[in-house]
Amino acid sequence: MSSLLSRGTVVIDRERCKGCDLCVPACPPGVLRMSGARNARGARTPELLPGCTGCGACLLVCPDFCFEVYRFDEPVLHEGAPT
Amino acid sequence: MSHTVDTDSPPKQPARQTGAFLPRLQRSGDHDLCPGCGEPLALRLLLECIEELAMAERAIGVVGIGCYTALTSLIDLDLIQALHGRAPSLATGAKRMRPDSLIFTLQGDGDMVNEGLQEVLHTAARGENVTCVLVNNGVFGETGGHMTATTVLGQRTKNTLEGRDADYHGHPILITDLISRLGGTGYAARGSVHDAKSVEAARRMLRRAFEHQLRGAGFSFVEILTMCPTGWFTPTAEGPGYLERVLAPVHALGEFVVDGRACTPGEDA
Amino acid sequence: MSRDLLEGSEAIARAALAADCRFFAGYPMTPFTELLEHFAALLPERGGACINAESELEAIGMAWGAAATGARAATGSTGQGLALMQESLSELTRAEIPLVVFNLARGQGDYFQATRGGGHGDYRLICLAPLDAAEAVELTQLAFHLADRWRHPVLVYGDYLLAHTHEAVDVAALDFGPTPDKDWAVDGALGGTGRARNLNPIGMVPGQKGIDPAVFWDRLQAKTEQIAVAEPRFEAEGCEDAELVVVAFGTLARFARHAVRALRSEGRRVGLFRPITLWPFPARALAAAAAGARRVAVLEQNAGQMIDDVRLALEGAVPVEAIGGISTDPAGFGIGPLLDAEVVRGRIHSQLEEGSR
Repeated sequence: MSSLLSRGTVVIDRERCKGCDLCVPACPPGVLRMSGARNARGARTPELLPGCTGCGACLLVCPDFCFEVYRFDEPVLHEGAPT
Repeated sequence: MSHTVDTDSPPKQPARQTGAFLPRLQRSGDHDLCPGCGEPLALRLLLECIEELAMAERAIGVVGIGCYTALTSLIDLDLIQALHGRAPSLATGAKRMRPDSLIFTLQGDGDMVNEGLQEVLHTAARGENVTCVLVNNGVFGETGGHMTATTVLGQRTKNTLEGRDADYHGHPILITDLISRLGGTGYAARGSVHDAKSVEAARRMLRRAFEHQLRGAGFSFVEILTMCPTGWFTPTAEGPGYLERVLAPVHALGEFVVDGRACTPGEDA
Repeated sequence: MSRDLLEGSEAIARAALAADCRFFAGYPMTPFTELLEHFAALLPERGGACINAESELEAIGMAWGAAATGARAATGSTGQGLALMQESLSELTRAEIPLVVFNLARGQGDYFQATRGGGHGDYRLICLAPLDAAEAVELTQLAFHLADRWRHPVLVYGDYLLAHTHEAVDVAALDFGPTPDKDWAVDGALGGTGRARNLNPIGMVPGQKGIDPAVFWDRLQAKTEQIAVAEPRFEAEGCEDAELVVVAFGTLARFARHAVRALRSEGRRVGLFRPITLWPFPARALAAAAAGARRVAVLEQNAGQMIDDVRLALEGAVPVEAIGGISTDPAGFGIGPLLDAEVVRGRIHSQLEEGSR
């Protein structure tokens, strides 16, 4: 179940993603998951659930430089529901 | 149905960016290395360390030949392309002529530990003030995934399909361990990029290695274990686990030599 | 002008320093070893560096790295060690790295290696062959000049006799004129500017993902052809009225010249053609020098290597005979029976006699 309060967020370059899936298990709060949508390469790409902490682990483990990471000045309440 | 957060554009709420897509010294993220390859992770660390040390305009990289050679088009640093295995000798000549430059090599295990074993050992023994960086995935990636000198016993590769066998294929060479025994070595460490924690530890190793060079503290060496799911016949998501289970127990992580003195690997960097 | 009595190796080392060579690396091997010793003694006091490399592979690698940063650098060995350097020679030619390489050979059997190149791919090395220490002093300095002028490696072909004979030489710095700025040299300064360089042999362009080596190598070939036109050097004596032209290079040519001069003074119509550049081989000059001759005799200390270039140059216009051969001492260093003025004179004389029958 994902927390509704996000302390950070990311921008994901979906077109550069190769669908390697390394970011998903690397995310400490577990708020990344591979979506069903495919990019122009045919790769499934990650999507973000509420609860990101802005820790940047995804950025560190992504071989394709797909992540940009932000920390909110104030935690943000995202609409969400248990997955 | 859970709602996902928009990740196509920067947040509208007040926020500060804490991580950019690319290091400043990297021109682009567009490369054709395999999905799940660990080498680009090491590249990011290398470039971020050089930037942190404000050495971009005094850095010269000498690049070997392997998959990572393709990454050179992404690097905004002055580079010299070497032959397979030969980067340490080029780095030596360059450093002798430009002692104030930050000179590093970037080599793979096939390049450094097979073809170029003699080069790196002698460069270390002579105590050349250069930093050799090894990205080790236990295979010759660019030619299709064959056994190298660092392939571990039992590891399946293109030409050890039943697993490396000591009687037939011999034993792996643990290069950081070897280099740590040479008198000219000022810093030697082995890190990894299989998870965020190990990536940060590897970053600290690179940083310390460069600091040794800038202090003139002898030869500095960082080996970074990287994932190669293609060479390992694993799905990309299993690369990190394979690295931890198969390579890291043999090629031990940690710092081996700091300031010319041996230390026990396995302690936090 | 002041002259010192120096062995050839020392003359070469001092000449290199006069040309501002700042880096040398080598591995001991007879008859090259003394050149390494002299560089080791002389370079540090000039602020340069001389390294005992762990093998010839690393020696040329170190010199490559030094030259890539813009310094004048050199390496060397004898034929066997040059054999180990071939991959690097081929690649650094394509990377357009100026480098001077000395082969202090065991005779003249490395002619093919020097001129055909034992490395892979399309490339030629500029190759200079001095006949004595005084000329070695000049050609060593010329080598550094040509290397910088063309951004191309230059091989200086010497031998045991040259290296180990003491002669009176004047090692004065020679000025061959200006050379282009080394703005291609990698010094780190363009890091982070968006314009950083990658000095490489296959045409990788920073910021460009794809490579087209053919485009890059075509340009290199065009440069090679320019060098072939601009740089042939030779010496000819007595060829204008010669019925026999003797072709020889390096130290053996000194014996040939001595014999030719003696025979001319006895009224025989014999000339000497001496290539100074083994590549580019002075083919047109040879063809012109031999145009009026009835025969060309090639004197070389090997089983027949330069004779191929002589035949190519003459294109069948004049008959060509080999009058040299394999000639060496029990250690294989090249001090053989052919290095004898009487023997050389005898071989040339036989050709003259045969020709007049």
